[in-house]
Amino acid sequence: MEQTIAIQLKNITKRFGKVVANDSISLEIRRGEILSLLGENGSGKTTLMNMLAGIYFPDEGEILVNGSPVTIASPKDAFACGIGMIHQHFKLVDVFTAAENIVLGLEDEGKLDLKAASAKIVDICQKYGFSIDPSKKVYDMSVSEKQTVEIVKVLYRGADILILDEPTAVLTPQETDRLFDVMRNMKADGKALVIITHKLHEVMDVSDRVAVLRKGQYIGDVATKDTSPQKLTDMMVGHAVTLNIDRPEPKDPTPRLTVENLTVYDAMGVKRLDDVSFTAMGGEILGIAGIAGSGQKELLEAIAGLQPLRPGASIHYRPKETLEGDAGIELVGKTPLQIKQAGVSLAFVPEDRLGMGLVGSLGMTGNMLLRSYRNGFGVFTDRKAPKKLAEDVMGRLEVVTPSVNFPVRRLSGGNVQKVLVGREIAQQPSVLMTAYAVRGLDINTSYTIYNLLTEQKMQGVAVIYVGEDLDVLLELCDRILVLCGGQVSGIVDARTTTKEEVGLLMTRFKKEAAEG
Amino acid sequence: MSSVKQHKEPLLRIAKRDGISRSKAYAIRIVAVILSLVISGIFIFAVTKLNPIQVYEAMFNGAFGSSRRSWVTIRDTMTLLCIGVGLAPAFKMKFWNIGAEGQVLIGGIMTAGLMRAYGNSIPTPVLLVIMAAASLLGGCVWGVIPAAFKAKWNTNETLFTLMMNYVAIQLTSYCVALWENPFGSNTVGQINQQTKGGWFPALFGQTYALNVIIVLALTIGMFLYLKYSKQGYEITVVGDSENTARYAGINVKKVTIRTMAISGAICGLAGFIAVAGASHTISTSTAGGRGFTAIIVAWLAQFNTFVMVLISLLLVFLQKGAIQIASQFNLNDYASNVITGIILFFILGSEFFINYRVILRSGKEGEAK
Repeated sequence: MEQTIAIQLKNITKRFGKVVANDSISLEIRRGEILSLLGENGSGKTTLMNMLAGIYFPDEGEILVNGSPVTIASPKDAFACGIGMIHQHFKLVDVFTAAENIVLGLEDEGKLDLKAASAKIVDICQKYGFSIDPSKKVYDMSVSEKQTVEIVKVLYRGADILILDEPTAVLTPQETDRLFDVMRNMKADGKALVIITHKLHEVMDVSDRVAVLRKGQYIGDVATKDTSPQKLTDMMVGHAVTLNIDRPEPKDPTPRLTVENLTVYDAMGVKRLDDVSFTAMGGEILGIAGIAGSGQKELLEAIAGLQPLRPGASIHYRPKETLEGDAGIELVGKTPLQIKQAGVSLAFVPEDRLGMGLVGSLGMTGNMLLRSYRNGFGVFTDRKAPKKLAEDVMGRLEVVTPSVNFPVRRLSGGNVQKVLVGREIAQQPSVLMTAYAVRGLDINTSYTIYNLLTEQKMQGVAVIYVGEDLDVLLELCDRILVLCGGQVSGIVDARTTTKEEVGLLMTRFKKEAAEG
Repeated sequence: MSSVKQHKEPLLRIAKRDGISRSKAYAIRIVAVILSLVISGIFIFAVTKLNPIQVYEAMFNGAFGSSRRSWVTIRDTMTLLCIGVGLAPAFKMKFWNIGAEGQVLIGGIMTAGLMRAYGNSIPTPVLLVIMAAASLLGGCVWGVIPAAFKAKWNTNETLFTLMMNYVAIQLTSYCVALWENPFGSNTVGQINQQTKGGWFPALFGQTYALNVIIVLALTIGMFLYLKYSKQGYEITVVGDSENTARYAGINVKKVTIRTMAISGAICGLAGFIAVAGASHTISTSTAGGRGFTAIIVAWLAQFNTFVMVLISLLLVFLQKGAIQIASQFNLNDYASNVITGIILFFILGSEFFINYRVILRSGKEGEAK
């Protein structure tokens, strides 16, 4: 296949304040090729691509499309250049249909002809192997369908250079395979594709060429067939890191939390958790796998006392030093404060870090205070201990911040996560719940977190780890509980199970429901 | 791809500042004030052919021209500041308390009623304490009602507090009719004009010294409360994210009600100061829109109560100056309002240049204003 250069980036530099996100990067994007843009989190992948999509404007450097220099100052300019980006967070209007979303914002002459638009959408779908129903409302769609709408949207606008920002983060393995098929079809059609990812096996699977960024710098590009995951990892992190996570045998596991018949309805009356029962052991890491939105969030929040439960549920807590026959403590019906006052030290790293878990307008010190502000003498808060803790966390987890008083909202996602994880582990919990604890973290910090979790496990803490990366779940956890549509579809031994088995469990109930 | 443009940077770009030194921020603000004076000077000359310098002189005279004027300016600054201090905790909690006007009036009604009834039977110091307590309570109730409804049924506090203003205004009208003096004047008149019973006494020979002492004490107290107390911390957390507050075991409903009790009570106290410490009468204009102006004070100061002192002073100064130039130069009210508007516009606008910088095409960074 003939490969012409679609986009050429020359010495692109982008700074955010003092941080250099992209440092003089030169890169080529070719037609008829899938390019993987690989790098740890915070390495500047998304920033670089956002400059092509018109979200950011480069401070220095030049962009050439089809050989001629262009200015991309807005997403409109990007479309004029044939560049379409599919963002990680979908930008769709929920109450509109697929077709309405796709034509939204187009300024065609004449009146809106949804019928013609739908026909064109169906054409595009057939051409590349998508399947969407143009008249389906977005709120009825699965994540994968929404993503398809986003992709068709940019194709509809005539984009022939597509950038996908971590498209697989929200997909099941099966959906990922389907997406990759579509991408290959588009490649065969002569489109230029860029996929931003940090999942190595996907890079190896789908791309023709890999460009690696590290800390805002361009490291180089290689043909996928000439490289290996190990070599790519070396390029990404700069030095070899073993991909093996240290997993000691659980240390005399004892039941810590016994969860029975947990059912949760959300504010809209939708059932989010359906009769969930399991036991979390002290001294082990219990992994929770499942497609995003299968009830992980509700499960952790229910244990933390933040979800109203249906009658009949029981969350039974046994402290470490329980004697035989001791009844332990029932957590259902208690508020978070009552749970704490009952002597149960629950640490919780929620999924939405700034929305639940941190106070964005405060600095690290102010956020450390969240767990301990009641300890101060009299009516005033004590700031010395939290300040010291903030400095400890900053040093131990290498949080990059101008000062411990700098608002955490303005830190990068990875650093925000470190602040939260650092604070929660510092509580010396007996139960530690983490939702996507390493999301947004680079490889080195991820390993720091894995080690911290394992350390907690060896101290007899019951660790509950909600994760999205199956490889990590399989290597880090002792047992894995798989959620599917709010139900427990299986609890497997992480040492003996396979990725395929977990992947199947993740989708099992869905299929049964569809068939029945 | 026919519409590919020439490679050309946009003429102006706006980028967020990473942080700015305090001195630079103040320099921007000072430049903004000077610029606003120049622009309104041009406006004055263009429209009225008056010498702008004279007009500014008159404005200054209006506010600080004599010892008495200065004290009136200070007195009004203190009342406005008191309301601003009261609003600070509510707005910091992101509770849109638009009801300060009503809370002030309720505090005023309580004060005026007690002053009429007991001004000549209870010694003034004791009566002042009783009136202060009653106005705190009145404002507190007026603040708690919308907060309780919000906590219980998640009603919209903006509408609720706003409508509570009208209830308070009607109540005030009723009381004015009830306490009318002299009969048929449709005003209450100065209460206890002869005996000055229940009036703020002069301290250190200054009529309004007590106003200053009470309000500055509140200002310092509120600063410490918001910044260093446990309750102040809870307010910050609830204002930032209710979910985070619930996560930390904070009872959001309790904090909402408690904070509005404090907010309403301080606004009620402002009514006490306005009646017992300034006008010695009650009317529907006792609050006089200051419940709304104080919102600007609270937000502009970013809830820092010490900065509120300066902003209250500026707003009262502009108002007094506008009245003065209106009468001295026979301008109508609107002309002086335009000048006030221009000055406020520049001061608010300078905040933009403190948070953002403008980059010109040449790559040189244009320093804001």
